[in-house]
Amino acid sequence: MYELYGKRFASRMLLGTAGYSSPDVLRQAVESSGAEIVTVSLRRESARVRTGQGFWALIEQLGRRVLPNTAGCRTAKEAIATAQMARELFGTNWIKLEVIANDDTLQPELFGLVEAAAVLCADGFEVLPYTTEDLSAAERLVAAGCAVLMPWGAPIGSARGLINKPALQSLRAYFPDTPLIIDAGIGTPSHAAEAMELGYDAVLLNTAIAKAGDPVKMAEAFAKAIEAGRLAFEAGLIEPRDMASPSTPVAGTPFFKIDHAS
Amino acid sequence: MQILLNGERFATDASNLDELCARLGFAEAKVATAVNGSFVAASARHATYLAEADEVEIVAPRQGG
Repeated sequence: MYELYGKRFASRMLLGTAGYSSPDVLRQAVESSGAEIVTVSLRRESARVRTGQGFWALIEQLGRRVLPNTAGCRTAKEAIATAQMARELFGTNWIKLEVIANDDTLQPELFGLVEAAAVLCADGFEVLPYTTEDLSAAERLVAAGCAVLMPWGAPIGSARGLINKPALQSLRAYFPDTPLIIDAGIGTPSHAAEAMELGYDAVLLNTAIAKAGDPVKMAEAFAKAIEAGRLAFEAGLIEPRDMASPSTPVAGTPFFKIDHAS
Repeated sequence: MQILLNGERFATDASNLDELCARLGFAEAKVATAVNGSFVAASARHATYLAEADEVEIVAPRQGG
């Protein structure tokens, strides 16, 4: 179990709801992932099509805690207004705060992110900021009131995994008590396991499952990898070393002669 | 009067945001609103008067990552 803003969760996967081939596949993938938190967004509603009304019914059926995002916002002002609309729409103080710098990398715009986080935290939001591995930005976010940090592993949808692992490790070491979630860039279950082995508290995924050949099976694969990675972290991993070290006892080796020892 | 509704030009004589939402069939719908970049709570829509060239956003839940 781990805690985010005073709520306890057994599953360490947060799952995005976008890009599945059908609502039914989404429903089954959420089920097989075991995720207790799903991310959602808000978009312009057409009076003719009313797409959002049907999606809301599906979200209610899923019965999971909803984490709305501010995806696509380019400024603090846009992100703040979007968060306020999301709070009313979804009835939650939780917001996955995204302020995006550019379309090619979809990287967080850290200055706008910190600015929006400060306003939203002061307004009673519980902010989960999508950030980079940058330590100074992380400190500013925590000072602004964020009690959870969500650094990227790699650019959104890139499936590259943890491209700056040493920095993610130092972020973990620097914030031992702040829940840290890898958000974005995870492509394979082994990437997710690696994040958990580093001691990250959870992983937020979407594309790797939604766009898999079989999203329902992939959701299960990720669930197992995340659980395995967490167990490994708790069990205590051995340190890597440069030279070999025999695992079989040397004492009593048959035919052993002292000359061979050198 | 001409407003910008969800990024598109739209002609309406609705005097306030609540009336606009009702005319669009959103009276009971799961939507949230903003005018000129600022959030307008559902309870404040009736007191939010619309003017020429106002930029109105009406949004609803959608899939997200």
